[in-house]
Amino acid sequence: MPTEEQVLPETLQELNKPECHDEEYDMVYHKPHTMVDVHMHYCPGCAHSLVHKLIMEVVEEMDIQEQTIGVAPVGCSVFAYDYMDIDMQEAAHGRACAVATGIKRLMPEKYVFTYQGDGDLAAIGIGETLHAINRGENILIVFMNNAVYGMTSGQMAPTTLPGMHTTTSPDGRDVSYYGAPIKVSELMAQLPGAIYVTRQAVNSANGVRRTKKALQNAFKYQQLKKGTCLVEIIGNCPSNWKMTPLEASKFIDEEMVKTFPLGDIKVPKAAETNNA
Amino acid sequence: MAEYKLMKGNEALAEAAIQAGCDAYFGYPITPQSEVLEYLAREMPKYDRIVMQAESEVASINMVYGAAGAGFRTMTTSSSPGISLMQEGISYMAGAELPCLIVNVNRAGPGLGTIQPGQGDYFQSVKGGGHGDYKLIVLAPASVQEMADMVFLGFDLADKYRNPVLMLSDGAIGQMMEKVQFKPYDRPVVDKSSWATTGKPKTRKRNYITSLFIQPERMEEHNLKLEEKFKLIRENEVRFEEINTADAEYLFVAYGLSARICQKAMDIAREKGIRIGLFRPITLYPYPYARLNELASQVRMMLSVELNSGQMVEDVRLAVNGKVPVEFYGKMGGMMPTPEDIVHHLETLIQFHHAN
Repeated sequence: MPTEEQVLPETLQELNKPECHDEEYDMVYHKPHTMVDVHMHYCPGCAHSLVHKLIMEVVEEMDIQEQTIGVAPVGCSVFAYDYMDIDMQEAAHGRACAVATGIKRLMPEKYVFTYQGDGDLAAIGIGETLHAINRGENILIVFMNNAVYGMTSGQMAPTTLPGMHTTTSPDGRDVSYYGAPIKVSELMAQLPGAIYVTRQAVNSANGVRRTKKALQNAFKYQQLKKGTCLVEIIGNCPSNWKMTPLEASKFIDEEMVKTFPLGDIKVPKAAETNNA
Repeated sequence: MAEYKLMKGNEALAEAAIQAGCDAYFGYPITPQSEVLEYLAREMPKYDRIVMQAESEVASINMVYGAAGAGFRTMTTSSSPGISLMQEGISYMAGAELPCLIVNVNRAGPGLGTIQPGQGDYFQSVKGGGHGDYKLIVLAPASVQEMADMVFLGFDLADKYRNPVLMLSDGAIGQMMEKVQFKPYDRPVVDKSSWATTGKPKTRKRNYITSLFIQPERMEEHNLKLEEKFKLIRENEVRFEEINTADAEYLFVAYGLSARICQKAMDIAREKGIRIGLFRPITLYPYPYARLNELASQVRMMLSVELNSGQMVEDVRLAVNGKVPVEFYGKMGGMMPTPEDIVHHLETLIQFHHAN
């Protein structure tokens, strides 16, 4: 119950009213103008909102809003087009890379990216993903890996860690029954069509900076027309991991990176990137 | 006058796609329609258009989705099992109101079936093969010429209504050679700038293509909007052909290849003194219910002839609404009735219903 000192705000607007006023401060940071100014549906501590913002920051900084077309997946980020202020298409579950192929082949000068979770990309859509990369489609694939199906509330994903508890692996993922988690980036990096493959995490300030750098690289490499860029991002899912946001961040450092080590897996040759 | 060429149905279709300004074709090989991909793989690059052999029919239809969503004139073709694989994508395209042309060169099923012609995909085509409330405009060619003509018509209708159009051909029409003529084509100007995802300039709101409306109120609103469109299509786009119906006492109802066979059967029956006509639906959706209902007041019996176990006959019965007997005759498995078979069946039915 609220005490006299702790009066609850009456409306959502009041709750969200910023406590500081622009006129009293020099603004050193703002939300990118390439984002739609609405409330997000993502859970507290979720990585999606952060990565949406990073992508849109890159689009703003490169001044390519008019040249960028995104493809949203089915999963928690199915509503990505509600937040990113660019032209977007919502693909059927797993088919984002095929949809992106259709867009990019017809408009080779545009920047095209897909935004996909681990269920969308690594389970139902791994065929479309593999073939798009093998063709060297000049697209960016942003692969959000949180080792769990988020939108359907916490089922096992192809990337679920061994022994990890989910609603469909209640006793922990049994590798002898379901196999080991798929290391998508390592797998796809084998294909000649992939020019840039990297795995980052957004559970720390440094990780966020490195992820943004990876996204910047990947957008720039599209200009090379040499192949596909795959940026895998290990994301927090506190809600379905049944953890606090802090515990979730720790889980990435202590558990996720054992299976999914961070860093560049494949980078373009220096000669190729000179013109980018 | 444009000159006549001798072409396979599948090749005429492919050539028509080029002449209709198809920007992109995505497909996957399957008998009996692989000639389309082969023809376009050879010819499309000459026009600087996109042709791609996808990794599956699932990928094909989703590539079509992407290109159509960006505002381009796009097509895919396949045969029955491949069309089944595309149903998810077709439902999404109808939901997202994306225009495209899909061609099914129907073979006999179910399952892997056989590569011989069939009409077993009638239900899938006109009743909604994918999930949810949607309709495709369904065109049924009965000749190589129509396989070409319906490409132009199909693209135009797709653009006009922002809806996928399905051409339901079959293995015989696709494979046989006939004379075909490509007439000059006047492409209607269609402005897609209000929805196509070509990149958002500062001057307009973002365009996004989706079939997702998570709030039931918004979903219902979208459903009702689609229904309005389908109503408009039913009012404006019904097409059919009638032969010898003026004095007809009996009526064959058949589409596509079956209609071709019935034409010969009609000639034989007329020589025997049976006054029979042929009614050929050209659009299977919208279906020509009204005209068939009118004809039911004139004829004594209708016989639906199909290369399946009796699918379109249900629509004929809906149209006739019990006014006269509606019978069915068909062959399955890629087998085809001879005109004599059909006439024999007709005579038996006349004997049964009206011998006096």
